[in-house]
Amino acid sequence: MQLICPAGTPAALRDAVDLGADAVYCGFRDETNARNFPGLNFSREELEREIAYAHSRQVHVLVAINTFMRAGSEALWERAVDDAVRLGADALILADLGLIAYTAERHPQARRHLSVQAGAANADHIGFLVEAFGIKRAVLPRVLSLTEVAALTREVPCETEVFVFGGLCVMEEGRCSLSSYATGLSPNMHGVCSPASHVRYRKDGEAMVSMLGDFTINRFGAGEAAGYPTICKGRFTAEGRDGYVFEDPVSLDALAHLDTLHKAGVSALKIEGRQRGRAYVAQVVKEIRRRLQSGSGAADGAEALRRMSEGQRTTEGSYDRRWR
Amino acid sequence: MTDAGADPGAGRLTLTLGPVLFLWSEERWRDFYFRIADEADLDAVVIGETVCSKREHFHARAMDEVAERLTRAGKTVRLASLALVTAPRERKSVQRLAAQERFAVEIGELSAVPRLRGRPFAVGPMVNVYNAATAEVLAKLGATTICLPPELPLASLERICAQAPRVGIEVFAFGKVPLAISARCAHARFRGLTKDTCQFICGEDPDGVAVDTLDGQRFLALNGVQTVSGTCHVALDDIDGLRRAGVRGLRLSPQSCDMVAVAQIFRAVSERRLEAAVGRRRLAEIYPDVPFSNGFLHGRPGRELVAAGQAQ
Repeated sequence: MQLICPAGTPAALRDAVDLGADAVYCGFRDETNARNFPGLNFSREELEREIAYAHSRQVHVLVAINTFMRAGSEALWERAVDDAVRLGADALILADLGLIAYTAERHPQARRHLSVQAGAANADHIGFLVEAFGIKRAVLPRVLSLTEVAALTREVPCETEVFVFGGLCVMEEGRCSLSSYATGLSPNMHGVCSPASHVRYRKDGEAMVSMLGDFTINRFGAGEAAGYPTICKGRFTAEGRDGYVFEDPVSLDALAHLDTLHKAGVSALKIEGRQRGRAYVAQVVKEIRRRLQSGSGAADGAEALRRMSEGQRTTEGSYDRRWR
Repeated sequence: MTDAGADPGAGRLTLTLGPVLFLWSEERWRDFYFRIADEADLDAVVIGETVCSKREHFHARAMDEVAERLTRAGKTVRLASLALVTAPRERKSVQRLAAQERFAVEIGELSAVPRLRGRPFAVGPMVNVYNAATAEVLAKLGATTICLPPELPLASLERICAQAPRVGIEVFAFGKVPLAISARCAHARFRGLTKDTCQFICGEDPDGVAVDTLDGQRFLALNGVQTVSGTCHVALDDIDGLRRAGVRGLRLSPQSCDMVAVAQIFRAVSERRLEAAVGRRRLAEIYPDVPFSNGFLHGRPGRELVAAGQAQ
């Protein structure tokens, strides 16, 4: 199984390459990718230079152009595709149907991966896109159990890639408008979820209140660590009860199931976190490599990894059916 | 505006009733549609379960009867497919819909498309159509009507209508907005259950469970595995703008209120027999205690209500 590592910056890309990634994924510095955060991503020149670096070490570079083309500004997305192909990207990670069709027509030789943002959750859906647009690999949404991942992988006429570590979308990816409901900025259109530009923390007596736009997303008591206000991991009130209505502030850790995923025929394991630093990527890559080699799910590094996770707590998400 | 000189009265807007997003009992569901068939001034009605396959059996028996009665009453009937399809029985459900030829299918995701090859179909608001290129891909495959994602602003709607003229563009115009769908059932969890053991508990909340912020602002609502807005999206003040943009139809999403009266108001405002402001006040009486919003259409947070005078 290939190990696909995040690269938010050129420095992070070199780290991932040096640390043993089989491929890295990254995006351009604009709203054409789903991690359109300040200080992240690549200019054309940077991408060209870093592709050369990665290729010199036999590591692939996958370019995520995985938001949805804004009507009237399609050229921005089309240019991203043209440039990524011209600069030697080994694959494009795409979600927008119109952009997939454009790429298939203009760059038939370019390898096309289906982004998790495309929300293709079954073999009929993926099979259709493989046949119509020559998709070579589908990144599976985090809505499937391990059994479903295995069944789907057996059936689809392309490779599959799954998330094994990092941030967890509680909602199906690419079909969530919670962020734009609160802020006007959405993952699909702007490449941001719960954008930092709309985050505020305010003191309320002893408590710290986290806000997204005009909305309180959480309230932390004295001594409680104040987390980031992502809506699906916020605390709300329903019928007079306060609580984490959708999910606690946790992140995904499916490293205990690498063996199962391998047996299921999954081609690639993906680590989320283009916004994370070198230490994170280093620790995750090291731990996955160790487990893949020893074939053991047991965990010296587990504790170190968990400390690096959001909220310092992890879940297996939908891979474990009981999570539902 | 590209066609500010055009007659904004040109082109009649169709009214479509979207599928019931909530779990209503068989009796309530059937009676609702019987009344819609007999009394509501609507052009098209979309029926079927789009949110959770576990609910499908609730309406399976009444489905044919409802579809026929709506058809006899002169409404075009579309059968909606699920928005999230993972389990084998969900795939079969989509395949069954695609196999029948009596009614048009409204797809909730793309798995039905290859099986519909050649036959016209409609596209529901959970399918990501953000630009004309995507609308054109779907049109080539047979899509004749597309209800665009509710988060799209007017500027995008206008472009899509202009550049994909062979597709009839429909816009979400009334109701709590479907915002997200998950493998996890937050509704069942809230009641101390899980998706597998849910006992169809969402059926006890026919308008969803209100989720407010800790400071008491109305924010979201739980509807099984789906999260909808806590506010009711109302595009009444935007009807002229939508028509100018080239939109051909408005979609009304059933809530626990008098939907026949809601349709009447939308028809009257769209035919300029009623002022939007008056219509909005009447809507507030028909569906009280739920704040209105329309921010999505104006490129603002979807939770916001942009007053008529402030609209661009």
